[in-house]
Amino acid sequence: MAHAVLPQTDVRPQPSWMKRNKLAIAPWIFLIPALIFFAIYVVIPIFESLWLSLYEWNGLYDADGNSTATWVGFANYAKLWDDPNFWTSLRNNIAWLVLYMLAVPLGLFIALFLNQTVTGMRFYKSMFFFPFVISQVVVGLIFGWFYNPDFGVVGTIWKAIFCEETTNILGNVTFVCSRPAPDILSSPEWATYGIIAAGLWPQIAYCMILYLTGLNNVAADQIEAARLDGAKGWKMLWYVVVPQLKPATFIAVVVTVIGALRSFDMIAIMTQGGPFGSTNVLSHYMYEVAISEYGERYGYGSSVATVLFGIMLFFISYFLWRMYQDEKGGR
Amino acid sequence: MFLKLKTATAAIALSAMAGAAMAGDLVINFDDLNPGPKKGFEDAVAQFQAENPDINVIVNINDREAHKTAIRNFLTADAPDVTSWYPGNRMAPFVDAGLFQPVDDVWADNGFNEDLAAIKATMSRDGKIWGVPYSYYQWGIYYRKDIFDLLELEEPQTWDELLAACGKMKANGVTPFTIGTKFLWTAAGVFDYINLRTNGYDVHNALTAGEIKYTDPRIVATFDNWETLINECGFVDNHASMSWQDAIAPFANGDAAMYVMGNFSVDGYKNAGLTEDQIDFMPFPTIDPSVAPAEEAPADAFFIPANAKNVEDAKKFLAFVARPDVQTQWNKTIGQLPINSKADISDDKFIQEGFALLNSATGLAQFFDRDAPAAMAKAGMEGFQEFMLDPSKKMAILERLDTVQEEVYK
Repeated sequence: MAHAVLPQTDVRPQPSWMKRNKLAIAPWIFLIPALIFFAIYVVIPIFESLWLSLYEWNGLYDADGNSTATWVGFANYAKLWDDPNFWTSLRNNIAWLVLYMLAVPLGLFIALFLNQTVTGMRFYKSMFFFPFVISQVVVGLIFGWFYNPDFGVVGTIWKAIFCEETTNILGNVTFVCSRPAPDILSSPEWATYGIIAAGLWPQIAYCMILYLTGLNNVAADQIEAARLDGAKGWKMLWYVVVPQLKPATFIAVVVTVIGALRSFDMIAIMTQGGPFGSTNVLSHYMYEVAISEYGERYGYGSSVATVLFGIMLFFISYFLWRMYQDEKGGR
Repeated sequence: MFLKLKTATAAIALSAMAGAAMAGDLVINFDDLNPGPKKGFEDAVAQFQAENPDINVIVNINDREAHKTAIRNFLTADAPDVTSWYPGNRMAPFVDAGLFQPVDDVWADNGFNEDLAAIKATMSRDGKIWGVPYSYYQWGIYYRKDIFDLLELEEPQTWDELLAACGKMKANGVTPFTIGTKFLWTAAGVFDYINLRTNGYDVHNALTAGEIKYTDPRIVATFDNWETLINECGFVDNHASMSWQDAIAPFANGDAAMYVMGNFSVDGYKNAGLTEDQIDFMPFPTIDPSVAPAEEAPADAFFIPANAKNVEDAKKFLAFVARPDVQTQWNKTIGQLPINSKADISDDKFIQEGFALLNSATGLAQFFDRDAPAAMAKAGMEGFQEFMLDPSKKMAILERLDTVQEEVYK
């Protein structure tokens, strides 16, 4: 050992600025990558889209790379006001929002039903959860076939009741029906409800799984106490179980509202917004006017997107505010 | 500013895809991956390469739908020297944005003004010619010859004969027409034909150019005839939930006897198990004998982007694709019709009939959705579908189309 302990000096080096503030800085360093990507892929495009909604643009640049967009101010929004397709889409969005809410109580009841100890319960639970695992596109396809008046379940049942099998002029088997089979996805009145029913299938499963986890946390002693006090059936459910499921209900409502507003893939798969635009919702209408083959109106599409964004912003702000209130209260 | 940013990112994405092109390279973007069309194109490129060994041809073949999206970026960001696209109104946005270059000199130097005369109007905009077509195909009525024979029906030549034939089919439990309107454009084919036969080619062009209204008495007359066709002939039930391929099923089964379609559908009939003896082709019957016959014949063509690097060789290629021998071979491979009037056609019976039909036509319409601007085409075809489901809404639909028209063509 050549060197012993160094002599202590009186002047301690001042810790660097980084060191002094590391508790404050570290979170930001970890956040920076996420923030950059969030900004590039979410925040900036939102503002671009808002800005673009004030232009008329067919999505093309000239040979030198300059945009061919022209400023039109709020004309796109004025056009929206007079556009019957826009109002149809908005009406359908509301129908989606309202009817999609059925997923919450239905999910709760299936969860209550499944929340018992029977052999093979895990299997039944996973069967009920199954529709949420498969892609929405697949759900759309399956229901598209289900509703098909020629070879679908609806058509087959209809044929069994109202049609008789005959042979046509060439001797091939064909059906003659006393009344034509219902063509749900081609009927302007029913197609939207047909798609919502298809969308409810996975959404109920989603709500169910949320409630199943919620039910695990229901305090057994409270149930016991309520039972001693003579509560049972609906009263037990409404006054004892449901209040304890409040966090699960909140999340179920949030995901259902967002799911209803994002209902794009089902519509794209099942009807492409048809027949003649009667099943469009705002998200699909935006796609149709801006990006699809017959679109090319990017400014107008952006104004549709802006309206949808406004509606979503309303719900999301409310949810965030609620969550903030809950957290404040929880402390 | 942000629009610039987008171009830059698109440019990066595309240049990574296409690779760097050098002098002497000729980059061609083509838009059909189906085996037949792909082979036709590749054979032609191989021949071009053999004739011009000093040119290094680089091809990018994309799927049709993907090409429709990609072209909007690559014309600006990383232009090939030649790209396939469609004439008529489909090329209009690119021509207007200055993204294609005129090729009048190719037409003049190679005598295309005479040999490709039928298609010249469709390839022109603002007094210039913008591309060279390599293929087109006919539309008309494909029918079940065996059903016609059983009912002792002849090919109807006139509207009244068609309606009479329909009556006989219905009496025998056959639905006259099949169609699948889920994707809308099939209904436009029916509309175009009734309109071409009721009012002729000029009215078709004036309508798609926004010069006459949809509530114009002539267009209303078209819709009246269509209503007659729906009532006295009739289409299969549930057509709004079928694609054009789905609609082949009742046709193949013998439940429906006729199909207003393009020649590309013949493959579909054969795949459904029908033989050449069971199906045949006839022109859409005459409605008003004083109207000169015009047909639907959508063409596929090649264009030179404004940003092309190797314009000289690109023009060589355009001159090459319209040569009679090249068009003959190419269209034999893909089962369509050559546009060059000096080219030969294959001995397929549908091609023969189509060739005779199109050669006697006085005007060639592209198709409602290629002649009308996109927004108008979409609204129009939705209107056609709605009309087919409920003809009583005729006037309401036409008035709505007028509103759209005002908006689109302003």
